[in-house]
Amino acid sequence: MAESGTVHENTTDANTTDPNTTDENTADPNTAGESTAGESAGATARNRTVRPGGGPRGVSRYVLRVIAIGYLFFLLVLPVALIVWRTFGDGLVPFVEALTSPSALHAFQVTLVVALWAVALNTVFGVGAALLLVRHDFPGKRLLGAFIDLPVAVSPVVVGLALILLYGRFSPVGGLLESWGLQIIFSTPGMVLATVFVALPLVVRSVVPVLEELGDEQEQAAHTLGASRFQTFLRITLPGIRSALAYGVVLCLARSLGEYGAVAVVSGRLVDQTQTLTLFVEERFQNFDQPAAFAASTALALLAVVTLLLTRLLRPKD
Amino acid sequence: MAIEVRDVNKSFGTTPVLRDVSVDVASGSLTALLGPSGGGKSTLLRVIAGLEHPDTGTVRISGVDATRLSPQRRNVGFVFQHYAAFKHMTVFRNVAFGLEIRKRPKDEIRRRVMELLELVHLERMADRYPSQLSGGQRQRMALARALAVEPEVLLLDEPFGALDAQVRKELRTWLRRLHDEVHVTTVFVTHDQEEAIEVADTVVVLADGAVEQVGSPSDVYDNPANPFVMRFLGPVTEIGGSLVRPHDIEISAEARPGSGAATVTRVVRLGFEVRVELLVDGREAWAQVTRGTAERLALAPGDIVNIRPTPGARSLTLTGA
Repeated sequence: MAESGTVHENTTDANTTDPNTTDENTADPNTAGESTAGESAGATARNRTVRPGGGPRGVSRYVLRVIAIGYLFFLLVLPVALIVWRTFGDGLVPFVEALTSPSALHAFQVTLVVALWAVALNTVFGVGAALLLVRHDFPGKRLLGAFIDLPVAVSPVVVGLALILLYGRFSPVGGLLESWGLQIIFSTPGMVLATVFVALPLVVRSVVPVLEELGDEQEQAAHTLGASRFQTFLRITLPGIRSALAYGVVLCLARSLGEYGAVAVVSGRLVDQTQTLTLFVEERFQNFDQPAAFAASTALALLAVVTLLLTRLLRPKD
Repeated sequence: MAIEVRDVNKSFGTTPVLRDVSVDVASGSLTALLGPSGGGKSTLLRVIAGLEHPDTGTVRISGVDATRLSPQRRNVGFVFQHYAAFKHMTVFRNVAFGLEIRKRPKDEIRRRVMELLELVHLERMADRYPSQLSGGQRQRMALARALAVEPEVLLLDEPFGALDAQVRKELRTWLRRLHDEVHVTTVFVTHDQEEAIEVADTVVVLADGAVEQVGSPSDVYDNPANPFVMRFLGPVTEIGGSLVRPHDIEISAEARPGSGAATVTRVVRLGFEVRVELLVDGREAWAQVTRGTAERLALAPGDIVNIRPTPGARSLTLTGA
């Protein structure tokens, strides 16, 4: 151990001295070109630290910066800024009016109901699946892991169509449920299902690594101290994954609030019935009610910013 | 008997980890499960705690068949090598955990926890979190936590394995004293024979999932049942087809009854003791003598000396060696 340690130190020493000497070689002509002859060695050293490389490398760096900023500007900043500008172009009153129309309020309500149900279901399922994947061994475990990631790969529109195929009025399952008075498609349950599907992996994937890192010794210790499985979960496991779980829940909430494709297919886009905020934006825009579309868009964007800030706050520290 | 383990077999997949293990632990004793890593000692401890289930065999704790009981119902205290501290709880809450689960009254919990923290010298750390404690303090907290529920038996899995040498030695003596105070039946796992001999009153030597020998520390050291136990419990050297402890070899200038000639190849001074490396009939061996003996004989490489096992010393004849 001690031997390998010293060897390691030696190699890093060699690595750090080598670039230094080459730096000196490349920096020398630069400083000679731009400074007076009487400059001290200390000054060249300072130059080197302030502008490592210099010359062509510095130019390429500025080019890269301009490209990156320009790219983000035209892709992200400009469109969002335009929406905000259009929203508040005529002051706050039209914005508030557009968002307090009965249709808009209803869309808010539908969005919230669907998102909260989806988040609740995904949280329960996510924690359960994460526990299953990390703490238990069973045949088909890898398959379950793969299935959980599937929603990331499948287009939301396909998800919506698949749900209609299974739960639609004219399918056996959907027909049976409808005969019991439970309408799935073109109704809230279907929208919740669609949203649950597309946001499925978010909680699982944020909880699994933390659960793995946590290990099961604390849980075993709790068992030997007399705690039941449920008590152990509540008192030991849950506090251990708390921040990762919160992070996953917020991600899931953001995804649920913004979902469009799958919900568009299963909801039937019934105004004042199954219209979520995203569907409201699209429908208002198509009907030339741009102020309402922009106002709702801004509201969605604000929600996104808030959730983004929350994820920043909650992100598990490594 | 506080613990009776009978004919326990356990395999992980196709690898047998415990083979027909039967062990008795007397009430109030301090027993060491000693053996090389991979010998099954930790698994045996976990079987006693209920954290692993034996494939066959039974475990009785205080006369009750506990084989099918969950760890939750066995009333054992378990201390893990890596402490298994509840990271999100203060030291106080960690120790109080078992009592809170048992829904004891608040003031009783408070009194008992402070008592235990005093016992493990952590009374001033009650409001700290485990991350603010050193390794040794964390392990003492874990011990207090395990003792809080007044367990029938206390089980420690390599309790000092993750600590540095100095803290380890301190905690060893401290554990021995603690046991003399608390008198709870204790079983601890170690791969360190010195630790087992110093702390325990009974040593169970385990290798390859089977019990090799059970006895008091001096018993297993002085009367090892087989070459494995003898080798594992202390230094050995081979002379004339027998295993002998190096400190049981007498070196003299003149021939004595039962002695044979040997050539000194090297003399190493290790403080008080001197390690004399020898060549006996073309085979390497070594003897441990005091500095006084080495100086009296003026041992130097190349000397021809006479050696013999000290009369009455334990030696084991090796078959096929």
